[in-house]
Amino acid sequence: MLRQDHYKTSVYKTPFHERTSELNILNEWSRWKDYTVPTNYFRTDLEYFAVRNTTGVIDYTPMVKQKITGPDAAEFVNRFFTRDMNKIGIGRVGYVVWCDEEGQVIDDGTVFHIRENEYWLLCVERQLDNLENSAIGFDVKIEEITDDIACLGIQGPTSCSILKAIGFEGIEFLKPFDIKHYDFRGREIIISRTGFSGDLGYEACMANDVALDFWDALFEKGEIYGIKPFGLDALDLVRIEAGLLVPGQDFMVAEDAIRPGSTRSPFELGLSWLVDLSKPVFNGREALIEEKRKGSRYTFVKLNIKGNKPAHGSYLYNQANKKIGTVTSAMFSPSAKANIAYASLHDPWNKDKDKIIAEIYYQKDLEWNRVMEEATIVTKPFFDPERRRTTPAELY
Amino acid sequence: MKNYDAIVIGAGHNGLTNAAYLAKSGLKVLVLEKNDYIGGAAVSRELHDGWVYSNCSYVCSLLRPEIYRDLNLQKHGLQVIAYGGSVTFMEDGNIFGGYSDHDLQRREIGRFSKKDADAYVRFGRDVSKQCRFIKPLLLRTPPDPTSFRPKDLNELVWLFKRLYGLGEQTIYETIRFYTMSAAEYLEEYFESDIVKAALSGSGIIGTALGPYSPGTAYVLLHHYMGEVDGSIGSWGFARGGMGSVSKALAGALQEYDGEILTEAEVTQIQVKNGKATGVVLANGDEYHAKNVVSNLDARRTYQDLFNPEDLNEKLLKQVDNYKFNGSSGKLNIALDGLPDFPAMGKDNPLIYADMHFIDSLERIERAYDDWKNGRWSQDPYCDTLIPTMTDPTMAPPGKHYMSVFVQYAPPKLATGEWTDKDREGFGKTVIDQIGQYSPNFKDLIVHAEIRTPQDIENEVGLTEGNIFQGELTMDQMFFNRPFPGYAQFRGPVKGFYMCGSSTHPGGGVMAAPGANAAREMLYDLKRKNIVPEAENDD
Repeated sequence: MLRQDHYKTSVYKTPFHERTSELNILNEWSRWKDYTVPTNYFRTDLEYFAVRNTTGVIDYTPMVKQKITGPDAAEFVNRFFTRDMNKIGIGRVGYVVWCDEEGQVIDDGTVFHIRENEYWLLCVERQLDNLENSAIGFDVKIEEITDDIACLGIQGPTSCSILKAIGFEGIEFLKPFDIKHYDFRGREIIISRTGFSGDLGYEACMANDVALDFWDALFEKGEIYGIKPFGLDALDLVRIEAGLLVPGQDFMVAEDAIRPGSTRSPFELGLSWLVDLSKPVFNGREALIEEKRKGSRYTFVKLNIKGNKPAHGSYLYNQANKKIGTVTSAMFSPSAKANIAYASLHDPWNKDKDKIIAEIYYQKDLEWNRVMEEATIVTKPFFDPERRRTTPAELY
Repeated sequence: MKNYDAIVIGAGHNGLTNAAYLAKSGLKVLVLEKNDYIGGAAVSRELHDGWVYSNCSYVCSLLRPEIYRDLNLQKHGLQVIAYGGSVTFMEDGNIFGGYSDHDLQRREIGRFSKKDADAYVRFGRDVSKQCRFIKPLLLRTPPDPTSFRPKDLNELVWLFKRLYGLGEQTIYETIRFYTMSAAEYLEEYFESDIVKAALSGSGIIGTALGPYSPGTAYVLLHHYMGEVDGSIGSWGFARGGMGSVSKALAGALQEYDGEILTEAEVTQIQVKNGKATGVVLANGDEYHAKNVVSNLDARRTYQDLFNPEDLNEKLLKQVDNYKFNGSSGKLNIALDGLPDFPAMGKDNPLIYADMHFIDSLERIERAYDDWKNGRWSQDPYCDTLIPTMTDPTMAPPGKHYMSVFVQYAPPKLATGEWTDKDREGFGKTVIDQIGQYSPNFKDLIVHAEIRTPQDIENEVGLTEGNIFQGELTMDQMFFNRPFPGYAQFRGPVKGFYMCGSSTHPGGGVMAAPGANAAREMLYDLKRKNIVPEAENDD
């Protein structure tokens, strides 16, 4: 049990803190659940470009981690998540969402099929309550291991070269979403070809006591490959370009929602590919079947907006000046030189007839200005290089 | 013999941009390139096994983001990566850093003068005002001030409105600014010589003028514009070298079914009844088109490709008067490792930056004196970068590529044409200067390409090796570029256009002249304009 005076440590330091605090010359930190992690280390744009051009390293230890083990683990995850989990074989990772009984998305995350009868769920919000409630009748054990496992994202074109230089044999043969168990100085380290950047990249999970050794090896071998740490601000830039959502920003976490209509179903987030209605049972199935029949309330879209003023929080209108949606994430993409955004559209938006016009407010010399800029829907991620998929991975 | 709607002579980045827009508009377009590679002066070349050089232009600071976006250059493989700062090595062992972080920069200037540190804020504001005024002009056609056509009058009115929109004081300053020297301009703000020397550098790059020559204040601005382009990553290195810019533009062109033919040197532009009809290649092949566009500089175009009988005397005289004054050389160096620069200390991020080894206005002016005397500068201004600190694709891991842009080197020496021995001497001068600040630099050199203005002319076709296709001085700018009466991209015969840096807004890898020319051509062809306008900064 946690000590009674835990309040005295209001934020935790991650196992990498000794190194990240040394490199964080701007001394900019963000609270992430129990932990504090760098917002920016030295310059947001250079951190962003490290991810896009060489390798960026992010400490994402605070990500909530749950371990599901037991003889019924496979059946249990298939019941809990909306997609067909039988397709996530041993040594594979799958992107998942899960819903409440009304078919509204509680959270999204990644499931690591670590070994037989063992899955890890990495996500934003704690799920012990939900997982336990769904586990009635299943022979599974569910534990939270957030504080026991240190995690690094190692993202960017030279990432494979660096891991190979440390001595992780065969790392280049990992296909996207593959997991491999490695021995690092006598300890197990789990490396997966996954990440939040939309580029070639890996994630490494390890016991806390080996974290600093791994960090040091990474930065020592990575120097000639342009390795740099990156913070949450740069992460937000790469993830929007990559087409990835953040719960609590791009959609309301169903459990936190107070007001009706503020949540979204997977269909309303453009995630129908994660829903397998042919499965006999999973949370929210009936509601989703009903939604499929009646139609959804919202449509999630990626937008390419004219002009160069990011459409943060913009209202969207059609040509008749009727409000048809809201922007959830926005930025000017340094890689596409385009003004990009995610948006949630609703009635009376008409897919075939309507223009989408963003109302954008911005400041110049403290004066507020407003522009109305036309936007077009794009279907592909804004950043999607071939090397993201190529196996064996690109080596330098 | 084949027929096209338009033929573009020269696959430089502007020729490719121009062709891409014409093709995008639906025209059948052919680009003809004399070399066996495309890109002109925006090229990546593997001249030593394992090392790729940006062997002419080397940074991507001015490429118009509007064109980048509109032609989807990202999809065609272009990624411009930001890098940070600059550093000047001083004779006394000190350094002066140029940091992108505002407060760091103020503190750094304050090491030399507290007053200058504060003046830097004012300087930044004033230069930004000038940039704000000029940036929208980059993707517009200069009006002809003598014309009464509505198009020109409208543009003049727009221009005056914009000028008057600056406010009274800034109007006066703007007019002064365009005629001043970089040194004089800087002296109105700063007292410290090192600060002035470091900031004046961009006022002389590519131009045969010294920091005290009138007109260099503008050149300073021309280079400064990239750095204050607003959005993240609008300046930096093109990943894979500058050839990536050309490659991406060619990709865009080919997506719209445009064609490129290399090793196809055009020797003549055919004219019939005052109209361009096509071109003839060195091998005698002919290609016909109602529209012919030259990406070559003004002199090469009119003196080498036109039959003089097709041109009037006045134009020929204007061509003759057009100034090149080649003044720059370049070294591309393959290094076995990262050189030490003890004055910077270990782990200084300025190793990613532009490095300079000349620390006073006087030394820079003396370097210019050598040019006037027909010699390369004995103590040159070198804009030195190690792109491989940023870009992992240009040399093997742990090895490095150094790009050294050298000011000044004359197109012709007092002793005559450049010889191999001169070239070696020029290279040695530069290497020695860098070697003074880096003890292990010389030992790390595994290959060096030394390029004199003459080499640049012979290979790329830039007359006198002038990187801007003609000096960027007021008499050759805006509605005077390349010469009065021809500043709107149209040539003296119907269906003939210019699209290179000899036209507005001039040199630098901007892609603006090529796009501007395309806009005017589409206007003449009564086609819808598809060339993007400049984004509004306000």
